[in-house]
Amino acid sequence: MSVRNGVAILFERHAQALLGSLGRLARQPFATFLTVLVIGIALALPAALYVAVANMRVVTAGLDDTVQLSAYLEIGTTPAEASARAQSIAALPGVATAETVSPDEGLAEFRKHSGIGESLEALPGNPLPWLVKIRPAPPRDTAPAVEALAAEIRKMDGVDLVEADTAWVRRLHAIEDTMQQLVLVVAALLAAGVLGVVGNTIRLEIDGRRAEIEVTKLVGGSNAFVRRPFLYSGLWQGLAGGLVAVGLVAAAIVVLEPFVTRLAAAYGSPFILRGLTIREWPLVVAGGVALGFMGAWLAAAYHLHRIEPKA
Amino acid sequence: MIQFDRVFKRYPNGREALSELSFELESGEMAFLTGHSGAGKSTVLRLIALLERPTRGQVLVNGRNTAKLRRRQIPAHRRQVGFVFQDHRLLDDRPIYDNVALPLAIGGVPRREMDKRVRAALDQVGLLGRERSFPLELSAGEQQRVGIARAVITKPPVLIADEPTGNLDPDLALEVMHLFQRFNAVGVTVLVATHDIHLLDRFRVRRVHIEKGRLASVPHVGA
Repeated sequence: MSVRNGVAILFERHAQALLGSLGRLARQPFATFLTVLVIGIALALPAALYVAVANMRVVTAGLDDTVQLSAYLEIGTTPAEASARAQSIAALPGVATAETVSPDEGLAEFRKHSGIGESLEALPGNPLPWLVKIRPAPPRDTAPAVEALAAEIRKMDGVDLVEADTAWVRRLHAIEDTMQQLVLVVAALLAAGVLGVVGNTIRLEIDGRRAEIEVTKLVGGSNAFVRRPFLYSGLWQGLAGGLVAVGLVAAAIVVLEPFVTRLAAAYGSPFILRGLTIREWPLVVAGGVALGFMGAWLAAAYHLHRIEPKA
Repeated sequence: MIQFDRVFKRYPNGREALSELSFELESGEMAFLTGHSGAGKSTVLRLIALLERPTRGQVLVNGRNTAKLRRRQIPAHRRQVGFVFQDHRLLDDRPIYDNVALPLAIGGVPRREMDKRVRAALDQVGLLGRERSFPLELSAGEQQRVGIARAVITKPPVLIADEPTGNLDPDLALEVMHLFQRFNAVGVTVLVATHDIHLLDRFRVRRVHIEKGRLASVPHVGA
């Protein structure tokens, strides 16, 4: 037998098993539909969670540059000293701007916004210190970089107190990281679920075709030959489940999009909800195919071994 | 072609099916395997097709020691041995074509050649044109002939049959036996397990007679 012939035969064998398994699935539309739906939902859940986290990251990515630092200078700092300090802060790496706010300006602003202006009249003098408002420059505008900058400014002469309001950004990012981890955990659990569902479907299929398997082994069918249609069956189910999952996520995006857009508009944001990208959805489908194949392989390896022909 | 050398077979349940069985079948020979039910006839066939392995002793088929074959080599071995069963073991939910073509599908024979060989095999057993029928639409004799077509389609050098006429009336049994003779005439080694007295009288072929798992002398006709 020539190599070319061998390849042709191999191809023919696989093509037969591939189409044969598809035909058998089509002959049991309802059972196949249920299995595919379960696989689809199991894959859609982590995929949707992933999309939610990805969207959240888009929203929160813009929040970092709202982080700013406030450096309060010591009481008794002169205007000249204050602007000198502001200049030396502005010279630090990672600082975009450093503006001074005099005690008088600070008091005026406080009167305007606090609503307790009247009681301030009772104070003997202006209790406020000079303030330097610092805006970090990208890429040093992330929470940890800002914390580091704050520590550096804190060590400078004449600086009394530095406040960096990064805690809430840190918390937000921590929540995102947790959710991302949750995606992995959920995905792992549901992947195990898909293996179980496919495995069980294949087991039933094997039970239903026991006679055929026995006869095939009797006339010289190898384990690989007997196993092949079941592997393809799992592969088809995984493929269909993956496509269903992508469809479910897309449908959820379509349903949610107008509401999210309206919500974003209410905040004056041009945010647009994103779905699975062209790079991501093939991964979901590939995940389905891989899980379907593995589930079938496990079931076939376990159950086919026990079917030995009697004569 | 088939050689049993002091074969001892005990099943896991403790039953001793064969003890010290030795016999030989030349290439191209045809023989009846006879003996009472439970004498070990089926075990002999199961050992030839490697459905079982001997507890002790050697079984050689087509020059190969079956004890030396590994598990993954068994399928290839079975393709060298056509096996016909008493209950013919056809797949009732598949048309005759698929049933007969199964050994070819296993071998990955291309569709065009498969068509040709299935037709040839069905022609040999007198069932040409029944490819699209289902097993249950056929008579018992016809079903057995389908089983024979499936057993010979890979042109195996060895053909074994376990009570192939057990469920057939005498006329159909004769027909089936003539088929075996025809395959034997073209060089196939044939071993047919049977206890059908009429057939034994009618066909002048060698008898391998076993009693209680051992080779025994052939009893006189009618005994």
